[in-house]
Amino acid sequence: MEPDPMAAEAASAPIFDPASEAPDLRRGWILYLDGISVSFDGFKALDGLSLYVDAGELRCIIGPNGAGKTTMMDVITGKTRPDSGVAYFGQRIDLLKLGEPEIASLGIGRKFQKPTVFAGHTVLENLELAGAPRKEVWRTLRARMSGEERDRIDEALAIVGLTEHAERPAGTLSHGQKQWLEIGMLLVQRPQLLLIDEPVAGMTRQETEATAELLTSLAGKHSVVVVEHDMEFVRSIARKVTVLHEGRVLAEGRMEDIQSNPRVVEVYLGE
Amino acid sequence: MLFRKLLAHDRGGRWFLAALAAAAVLVPIANLVVPPGSPFHVPTFTVALLGKFLCYALLAIALDLVWGYAGILSLGHGAFFALGGYAMGMHLMRGIGDRGVYGHPELPDFMVFLSWDALPWYWHGFDRFWFAMLMVVLVPGTLAFVFGWLAFRSRVTGVYFSIITQALTYALMLAFFRNEMGFGGNNGLTDFKDILGASLQARSTRVALFVASAIALAGGYLVCRYIVTSRLGRVLAAIRDSEDRVRFAGYKVEHYKVWVFTVSAVLAGIAGALYVPQVGIINPTEFQPLNSIELVVWVAVGGRGTLHGAALGALAVNYAKSVLTVEFPEVWLFALGALFVIVTLLLPSGVSGAAAAIKRLAARRLRHA
Repeated sequence: MEPDPMAAEAASAPIFDPASEAPDLRRGWILYLDGISVSFDGFKALDGLSLYVDAGELRCIIGPNGAGKTTMMDVITGKTRPDSGVAYFGQRIDLLKLGEPEIASLGIGRKFQKPTVFAGHTVLENLELAGAPRKEVWRTLRARMSGEERDRIDEALAIVGLTEHAERPAGTLSHGQKQWLEIGMLLVQRPQLLLIDEPVAGMTRQETEATAELLTSLAGKHSVVVVEHDMEFVRSIARKVTVLHEGRVLAEGRMEDIQSNPRVVEVYLGE
Repeated sequence: MLFRKLLAHDRGGRWFLAALAAAAVLVPIANLVVPPGSPFHVPTFTVALLGKFLCYALLAIALDLVWGYAGILSLGHGAFFALGGYAMGMHLMRGIGDRGVYGHPELPDFMVFLSWDALPWYWHGFDRFWFAMLMVVLVPGTLAFVFGWLAFRSRVTGVYFSIITQALTYALMLAFFRNEMGFGGNNGLTDFKDILGASLQARSTRVALFVASAIALAGGYLVCRYIVTSRLGRVLAAIRDSEDRVRFAGYKVEHYKVWVFTVSAVLAGIAGALYVPQVGIINPTEFQPLNSIELVVWVAVGGRGTLHGAALGALAVNYAKSVLTVEFPEVWLFALGALFVIVTLLLPSGVSGAAAAIKRLAARRLRHA
């Protein structure tokens, strides 16, 4: 079963509408990183990185190993605190003041490089936990799944193409299905911004194509940032590409321009 | 209603509770009604021994809740058990009154012996039963809350957490050994006379304590079952399997860990409080790290993440211990070590997990036959 982009279209409006605590998007961008530097024991993982992502955009980030792609995700999601720089979600929300759960509930969803799902739980339970509207301890103890939650889960299942597998333990899914489930877990959290780390690593060609369609269909309703190594895949989905190198932006623009940029060819594409 | 829902998918739990209920009825009859000459008579000594095992089973369930479900391996859970025990011991000590060796109307014997002339402030209130029971819950609960909050907030996990829990119980042991602490030093608290006006030597009191332990065990089981079948239980298991994912899904993982650690410590404290009147003594050796490690072996043997498995593991290992330490006292520690090695290597999900695996295998054979 492959993800069905049509289901994503059908699932437009109310359910996946931006959450109420929407960031202020008046200037157009949803993510604003400026001058971010992070160093670990003297090694500069990020060195004055600046990145602006527009609302509804699908952005691909490429770069050789060690370029700082994962560290950048860590900064945005609150896992790593930068030494300097600013990071804003919309105009007003300062990401550097918040922890991981707060940032997640503001509507920034992150998919890890390695698929991380709750292996012992069923697909349905995975989505239930991700999509729970209230996540405090005592409320969770007494929580029952509401009709609205169930509807949202069903839609996410349809979008990522796992409806038939709802009752299966997530640990028994194929690699590609786990990746989709993880994307589904982000979708039920009603994210505004999806950060997706190497979604097609280890996927078969069919799975890769299905994933490309899925991500393309999500853009517009959500802003999507994809970090990927697979150039074929990037070419198939990219509208705008940012190339990172040694913790900095090396080039940014349309895929065609990037591919002919001599500096990019030198550090990355030419390899 | 709720009861039925909790046990709907829990065959092992239904059997466990049924056996527990049967024991809670039959053991008192076999002790109080059946005459001593009959082969069905259960001596009072055995009633007290079984009651002690039930307390251990409750302690094992408490550990299984944090270890089996939330993946937090505490190697210091004996500390919470001992603190609950000390709170009960202080109440029983105050209940001795002027019947002590020195006959002081207020001070326990060991304080008279140390020539103290007044009761330390933290001993006040323990003469009242309700206050002591409140402390049985509050003292282990508060310690677990503060300790858990500090550890989990700093993201201390895995083996590092296990090591500091071990240090916690060791530190408490050293502290309680000191006479100046005011808890009877290495002799601990003993020579108890009665509880709620009933003599602790009386057969009926022994039986009542046994039944109370059975009720506490059943109650503790149902509480844990309620937790693990709730959405919160699924969050705990998710934390065990992939902590980062839970955090990025918007859950405050630390709050969940502190919560479950505190609940578990309270259950352990209740188990300790029921244990002390049945064994008649509480002293600092209850804090020794070895006790907490033995507890982990019980849960591992029974099968973690099942609750009833942990309880059965506690009963089985302690039965073996009480037989072996009488017959061959020198081999017990070797047997315990061997048991842990065997279970870790061969039965990673314990006896209850092995039983389930055998059943699955048999079912497959049948289908193919």
